[in-house]
Amino acid sequence: MTGRGPRWWRAVRWYVREFTDESAYDRYVAHARKDHPCAAVMSRRAFERKRTDRQESDPRQGFRCC
Amino acid sequence: MPESAPATARSTRRITPKSIVIWTLVALVGAVGWGVLALSRGEEISAAWVLAAALGSYAIAYRFYSKFIADKVLKVDKTRATPAERLDNGVDFHPTDRRVLFGHHFAAIAGAGPLVGPVLAAQMGYLPGTIWIVAGVIFAGAVQDMVTLFFSTRRDGRSLGQMARDEIGPFGGAAALVAVFAIMIILLAVLALVIVNALAHSPWGVFSIAMTIPIALFMGFYLRILRPGRVTEVSVIGVALLLLAIVSGSWVADSSLADTFTLEPGTLVIWMVVYGFLASVLPVWMLLAPRDYLSTFMKVGTIVLLALGVVIALPNLKMPAVTEFATSGTGPVFAGSLFPFVFITIACGALSGFHALVSSGTTPKMIQKETQVRLVGYGSMLTESFVAIMAVIAACIIEPGLFFAVNSPAGFLGTTVDSASQAVHSLGFSISPEELTAAAKAVEEPTLLSKTGGAPTFALGMSEIFSAVIGGAGLKAFWYHFAIMFEALFILTTVDAGTRVGRFMLQDTLGNVWKPLRDVSWKPGVWLTSAVVVGGWGYFLWVGVHDPLGGINQLFPLFGIANQLLAAVALAVCTTLLIKSGRLKWAWVTAVPLFWDVAVTLTASWQKIFSDDPKVGFFAQRSVYQDGIDAGKVLPPAKSMDDMSTVVTNSTVDGVLSVLFAVLILIVLADATRVCVKAIRNPGTAKLSETPYVESKVVAPAGLWATKEEKAELAAVGAAASSGDGSGPSGDSDGDGDSDGTGGVRVGTGAR
Repeated sequence: MTGRGPRWWRAVRWYVREFTDESAYDRYVAHARKDHPCAAVMSRRAFERKRTDRQESDPRQGFRCC
Repeated sequence: MPESAPATARSTRRITPKSIVIWTLVALVGAVGWGVLALSRGEEISAAWVLAAALGSYAIAYRFYSKFIADKVLKVDKTRATPAERLDNGVDFHPTDRRVLFGHHFAAIAGAGPLVGPVLAAQMGYLPGTIWIVAGVIFAGAVQDMVTLFFSTRRDGRSLGQMARDEIGPFGGAAALVAVFAIMIILLAVLALVIVNALAHSPWGVFSIAMTIPIALFMGFYLRILRPGRVTEVSVIGVALLLLAIVSGSWVADSSLADTFTLEPGTLVIWMVVYGFLASVLPVWMLLAPRDYLSTFMKVGTIVLLALGVVIALPNLKMPAVTEFATSGTGPVFAGSLFPFVFITIACGALSGFHALVSSGTTPKMIQKETQVRLVGYGSMLTESFVAIMAVIAACIIEPGLFFAVNSPAGFLGTTVDSASQAVHSLGFSISPEELTAAAKAVEEPTLLSKTGGAPTFALGMSEIFSAVIGGAGLKAFWYHFAIMFEALFILTTVDAGTRVGRFMLQDTLGNVWKPLRDVSWKPGVWLTSAVVVGGWGYFLWVGVHDPLGGINQLFPLFGIANQLLAAVALAVCTTLLIKSGRLKWAWVTAVPLFWDVAVTLTASWQKIFSDDPKVGFFAQRSVYQDGIDAGKVLPPAKSMDDMSTVVTNSTVDGVLSVLFAVLILIVLADATRVCVKAIRNPGTAKLSETPYVESKVVAPAGLWATKEEKAELAAVGAAASSGDGSGPSGDSDGDGDSDGTGGVRVGTGAR
């Protein structure tokens, strides 16, 4: 996961990953390890599935305006 | 009293000579910009002056007015933990870097809206729109977004509807809910109408938009099955495919397939309705999610390109500063005079009630610090306003004659370039039939006449700007279709997402009557409610396409009134909250924009309902055409008795809707006034549903750049944090890999 390359590249990469929410899984893993160390951590596939399916049940999350 | 902001929260920065010089210069830039706009008399002026006026004003407003609201009015408290910090679950509640959240919030509020309204309002010249966009955003729009965001953050991210119910009462809350639903239907219909008008008889456009469906399906499949979560890479692939789709549209338009993709508006309506229904019942991962990634990438990329293009090309504005339609109210794009109709035509970009739905709900759950509502709420809205200014520029750099030929309804222009040329001449502008043909040919469209709705006009302006910078006239057609694609992409995403939200609200409400409907996984219920929502906007879309008087002409004012009605609800909630929380002295900050908005909305509603002018008043229109039917006469632009009864039906429906909107706004206002009067008379009884104070453990800067004091604070806790951590992804002091190490640090453990 460690970023390589010059500082500006790491900065752009960080911003894009955060902006697209690609980093959501890393955040989840960090969160799960810290708060529930004994519980099993979901695989990325399972996590991303759960995330999109959640939007299904409440479409108001992430709603876009005109 | 719930007043709870300690004075220590404010920093006491001294005013340095350097900052005085800088802000004086910024003020001068803005003043010179406005000066040139005000003093020009008939000569063409450069778009640079519009940019100077807008950017100078934004900078001053952000630096001073938004700071005043944050410090004095809201008293944002950097020691108070936000819901993101308290309820952090790593999913919907999580403290997000302010710069990332700014991007998220901006991407969520800005869509096709700021590109459509300003273009239509350009029929009154560039000046009224520009003044309203800049003044409106500074004193109303950005204030509404920021204050709503603040109050929702203090309430764990409650939605506008919930806040209305909690703080005003069940009656006002219910009215707010009905308003949101009605607005959603009109919004979707108008946006869909914009796309249908842009794509009608355009094989290039239809083909490239149609290709977005397989591209999105491929991206969805990629993210679900092949490489879950790799959003950036799939978006890059998607954008590349999208560009290919735009280029290949030109090949299709020149091939034998052209006829297959040349569609009548009526056919497009059927496709849109079918698409809207299917897209909203398919799983989110298949179409909606990937389409959303695509449109966000395109949105951000194109807006940045456009800003660069405008600055580099600095085109001249050809539209007069103020046209005679501002006072006569006889403009062909929409009827009615400057007040109130400019102010309802331009909603997004100046004051948009819809933003309150994003500012409450999603963003408050992610904000790291209360102090950041200024950057995220006020700053994002200023950025959207800038997009609207670019739309004004795009619409006003094309020949005014061409502008009116593109934006007038077919009933007025006729169907040939000769009749259109004459009709434009009768408006006091000129364009020859040859010029009309040449303009269409330059962007490789069969015709540009009556391409109402704003998107084609914006695309013409954008292709003009871009081709001046890259590629010359040869790339004009590409840039035109690029712009159409760019707008169509996020309108289709909104149609899908909006249908889902409408369905959700309908299921929630109807679920009170019949339980099973509330279950979002019960398919028949989902299909039924989806069909109702799609049927709702589909009806208005159908009507808009077939209205002999021109759909945009009739429906856009309704959309504007609806949007400003929602703004009134949001501003009423904000004002009530300011008063209830003991900030009566500062209530004018939201009360003044509220009064303005109510004056605009109710005047527009009044004219739409009671005006004797059949061009403006829906019921006057109805009686003119009804009398025509009774006398057995066909009145132009209707061509047959069927057209006549279509007009009668549409005017009646639109008139009834205007009445409904006006009644809703009055209910919310009356209920809010009752609560406010009670709170002023008897401050002890005011009950706030604010979440109690919890001390924050996060240190993070408030603005885009960290100040010296903030850097020192970060360094103090950052050193402690990184020594115990060391697991940060890129070894920055705060472990989140951001560019300058000012992301935000949790005091104490250092582990996230």
